[in-house]
Amino acid sequence: MADKVLDAKGLNCPLPILKAKKALKDVPDGGTLEVLSTDPGSVADFQAFCRTTGNELVEHDEEGGVYRFLIRKT
Amino acid sequence: MSDATGGNAINPNTMSIIVTKGSLDWAYPPFILGTTAAAMGLDVTMFFTFYGLPLLLKKMDLKVTPLGNAAMKMPMMGGHMVMPNLVAAIPGVDAMASKMMRNLIKKNGVASVEELRDLAVEADVRLIGCQMTMDLFDYKVEDMIEGIEVGGAATYIEVATKSHINLFI
Repeated sequence: MADKVLDAKGLNCPLPILKAKKALKDVPDGGTLEVLSTDPGSVADFQAFCRTTGNELVEHDEEGGVYRFLIRKT
Repeated sequence: MSDATGGNAINPNTMSIIVTKGSLDWAYPPFILGTTAAAMGLDVTMFFTFYGLPLLLKKMDLKVTPLGNAAMKMPMMGGHMVMPNLVAAIPGVDAMASKMMRNLIKKNGVASVEELRDLAVEADVRLIGCQMTMDLFDYKVEDMIEGIEVGGAATYIEVATKSHINLFI
């Protein structure tokens, strides 16, 4: 279970990333944030976001058009 | 290695954007890139000049025009419509096209320009209004949102010498 869940469904670029960045502020170091998105572009973007910021993209998957990302704050 | 910064290496996590266009469509790229870069940990500076300056006004009234814009293909009835210039020039068509664009923006979950600008302010993006443009088009600093700076070309160039990424939009 993630420390915090962000529902970014229905939002388009760059809102899922911007809201995830904000939500990460409420996550303790080493804690996790789960992001739900319907933006297909967010698949590439969350990988780039994590590579650049140093946060860890623990896993991501897709089910029924909803993308789920689990990010560990570092 | 010596460079324009006086020998100091440039911090890779820095970006500047010159914002020169202020229509409803062209307002997006600078604010999207600026806010996203800030979210990714970059120090961002945006310099608003000429038609980009009104994007700092407290009350933005953004419009888009199909006139002379051959690439503007609006989705309509399952296809895409390009408006002939002769039609686009008719009074009221810009207002209609702007309304259509706003509807598309809302329908697709795209942020409003106002929302992105608020997020830029919140993320401590440095916003600089061009003094010369303010004089030229008769804008006052009181007309602009709070927290902006005012400066000229030298102010921007100083920022650019210290920025790893410099964009002109």
